[in-house]
Amino acid sequence: MLIFEHSKAGRNGAPQSPKEKAGIDDLPAHMLRKIHAALPEVSEMQAVRHYTRLSQKNFSIDTHFYPLGSCTMKYNPRACNTLAMLPGFLSRHPMAPAQQSQGFLACMHELQEMLCAATGMAAFSLAPMAGAQGEFSGVAMIAAYHKSRGDDARKEILVPNAAHGTNPATAIMCGFSVREIPTMGNGDVDFEALKETVGPQTAGLMLTNPSTLGVFERQIEAIAKVVHEAGGLLYYDGANLNAILGKIRPGDMGFDVIHSNLHKTFSTPHGGGGPGAGAVGVAERLKPFLPLPVVARDGDAYRWLTEQDLPQSIGRLSAFMGNAGVLLRAYIYMRMLGREGMVRVAEFATLNANYMMAEAKRRGFELAIPDRRASHEFIITLKSESRELHVSAMDFAKRLLDLGYHAPTTYFPLLVPECLLIEPTETEAREALDGFLDAMQQIREEARTNPELGTGAPHTLPVKRLDEVRAARQLDLAWKGGT
Amino acid sequence: MPFIPHTEQEVAEMLQVIGVNDLNTLFEEIPAHLLSGELTAVPEGMTEMEVSQLMHARAAQHPHSVCFLGAGAYEHHIPAAVWEITTRGEYYSAYTPYQAEASQGTLQLTYEFQSMMTALTGMDVSNASMYDGASALAEAVLMAVRANRKSKSRKVLLPTTVHPAYRKTTQTIVHGQNIELCEVGYDPATGITDLETIKQLADGDITAVVIQQPNFFGNLEAVNEITDWAHEHDMLVIAVVNPLSLAVLQSPAEWGTAGADIVCGDGQPLGAPLSAGGPYYGFMCCTQPLVRQMPGRIVGRTVDLDGKPGFVLTLQAREQHIRRSKATSNICTNQGLVVTATTIHMSILGTSGLERVARACHANTRTLVEQLADVEGVSRAFAGPCFHEAVLQLNKPAGEVLAALAQLNILGGYDLAESYPELGHAILVCATEMRTDAEIAAYAGALAAVMNEEEVST
Repeated sequence: MLIFEHSKAGRNGAPQSPKEKAGIDDLPAHMLRKIHAALPEVSEMQAVRHYTRLSQKNFSIDTHFYPLGSCTMKYNPRACNTLAMLPGFLSRHPMAPAQQSQGFLACMHELQEMLCAATGMAAFSLAPMAGAQGEFSGVAMIAAYHKSRGDDARKEILVPNAAHGTNPATAIMCGFSVREIPTMGNGDVDFEALKETVGPQTAGLMLTNPSTLGVFERQIEAIAKVVHEAGGLLYYDGANLNAILGKIRPGDMGFDVIHSNLHKTFSTPHGGGGPGAGAVGVAERLKPFLPLPVVARDGDAYRWLTEQDLPQSIGRLSAFMGNAGVLLRAYIYMRMLGREGMVRVAEFATLNANYMMAEAKRRGFELAIPDRRASHEFIITLKSESRELHVSAMDFAKRLLDLGYHAPTTYFPLLVPECLLIEPTETEAREALDGFLDAMQQIREEARTNPELGTGAPHTLPVKRLDEVRAARQLDLAWKGGT
Repeated sequence: MPFIPHTEQEVAEMLQVIGVNDLNTLFEEIPAHLLSGELTAVPEGMTEMEVSQLMHARAAQHPHSVCFLGAGAYEHHIPAAVWEITTRGEYYSAYTPYQAEASQGTLQLTYEFQSMMTALTGMDVSNASMYDGASALAEAVLMAVRANRKSKSRKVLLPTTVHPAYRKTTQTIVHGQNIELCEVGYDPATGITDLETIKQLADGDITAVVIQQPNFFGNLEAVNEITDWAHEHDMLVIAVVNPLSLAVLQSPAEWGTAGADIVCGDGQPLGAPLSAGGPYYGFMCCTQPLVRQMPGRIVGRTVDLDGKPGFVLTLQAREQHIRRSKATSNICTNQGLVVTATTIHMSILGTSGLERVARACHANTRTLVEQLADVEGVSRAFAGPCFHEAVLQLNKPAGEVLAALAQLNILGGYDLAESYPELGHAILVCATEMRTDAEIAAYAGALAAVMNEEEVST
């Protein structure tokens, strides 16, 4: 039942609204709304009950294990939320003078510094509001850098074919064309192909390391060298930073620009699809191009840098300061971790992934890249189950939901058939990892004995498998009355 | 404090299953000379109690000021239930609803959000939200260029009465795509986009025109005339609106004869706290024929195998994870949690509640402007109607006046000197429903005192 179906004209949230004041009769009649906006008219209790019940139809980290590869669904500590929502932060107007915002600005400045220290970059901007915006600003800075040198021939961005879809989409948004570099069976980039592709037209290479195949790119130094020698820059997609936090820094690998998904590595909530934060960090030579605003420290006082301070900046990405409240949550989390906690994040995320990979193999599942160490994630390919038992990766994913586990990332990376990309994160206990693998075995067993359990899954959730084709063909995107 | 549950014994057992002796061996594929060693520049970890004390101290560094500052972010009352429910773990810690069957809560809520946005704007369809109002405008401009097949020029009219930060953000985001943003000035008497000026600019092919209503000055633009004129010249009309104002103002679908084509804006006034600038959310609505050009997530209602209604992300063929380099945008998130809050906010206030908030804002701003304009050396900059913001001209530098007011814990408004130097000493003021008559009177008194001082101290 929709909230609109609880609605009755004349019911309202009067106690939550201001008392009636003078009208708007001074405005010209033709500028006023002729028909009332049809919002729901319900009591506060009806709204609270409706949205509480809806919440109970969701999986969430607080209720379920989410082994979602490349998404880093780790626990979101409650303290980060409570403290970011202190009235002193919530009631701060974004344009309030800097003198009245020193507490907030101090947090942001320290966050920039900690990100620099953890990634080996020279400077950070917290402006990007999501990973994709971080990527956008990174690639836009690469463009601005070449342009500032009068190097107008660099029109190409190189992207491994295992990359996240945002990488090529971002390069196009910044006016580049995209060339894909093949990946070898062992998960490393095809270095010979890369060498043949780089040249005076190369603006940069976008790379995730560890890659989306869940392995560390061992040739990273040679890759950096060949791209740099050709005059290109190296972009680090920070989606998998959790795997190496405190162990090895993108700056030390030779990257010139990185974005960090704070909603992954630094545990800000996914919130059902956002808001995220995609802070962007740069090596010295890209500093002048950082997106605004950036927080600077002058003696004991903090202030925003503006266009006057960074005249070559690629500009603003939002009306104000990006997703400030998300940044505060990341700051609080990082202060709790500290330097000794950061390295434990990578160690235990990697321990959990390698343990699950070893156990999955022992239980007879085929690994996409069997002879490598896993990073913080690894891939199972279900191509033999699909061929012999007629149960697909999608069926496994849906049946896992019945058994109380959120599905891993399915059908990504696109290179591996019938794949599940599994990332347990460091915050899960061994029992959860074992329980998930028990469920995987149970599903495989069911495929032999009772295949409908898999192909018809899920059976126990609020709805069964949904008709996505109908959704796209008979578009119903908003309630227009009726049912 | 890394939130790791493992006991020492478990670690030993797990390493044994893997077949290695220690944790470091797991990183053996990383060239050893690249390992970073201890991150000495990161402080040591803190306990929850310690970090709590730190954050309370930081928050206490912000004096409480009475806010007459708007300029795109507005202090409104948010019912207590809104964030109570929003921060339930089932919303707060849920992932993007790609697994639809395990995400019906978020998906249905988002469908309800889309329905509410179409009700407010009068448009056919809404997406599931964008990052913020400024970046939503940038995406709307890109969308208009894709969608307007009659136009080849990639030229978009962007009046100077549109929020300056929105214009800058749009410039940043469309920069690489060979799009020309043409500024259009305003009538200095009325502070609205001048129809005659705009007509002079339109000698050739133009792709779209942006109109902000109310505009950055708080003034009401001649939206009907501009919309009809733009449509006569085969342009698309992009509306930037404050969604709260739509409780009382003409909806963009009612602009002119045919209505606006794309509507965007910032949803902050509907349930997002000021929170130092974010997270807020951008929204985007459009007419049905343009839906496949719209960027961002969209939720649709469908049925399951048993014919029972349910909700899914739809039209995903537009998006980066499917289309890669041919996607409508590189965008992959919406502002899910803030959308959760705003949907609950709109449900609790309802049609009549939102109308009341909008009317109270308008009434308070009228009172504020009357009282401030009575102060010697202060006058209204523009004639004509406004919604809940207005520009005042001062006979002293605005920066100094605002600094003096800040000393008295009054955020007196937004200094227009940087973005609109032609206005001289001018500020943009706002009074939402939160401002009491006493606070307004206190501001007028303080302003009179500040304006009367011989030398304004900063």
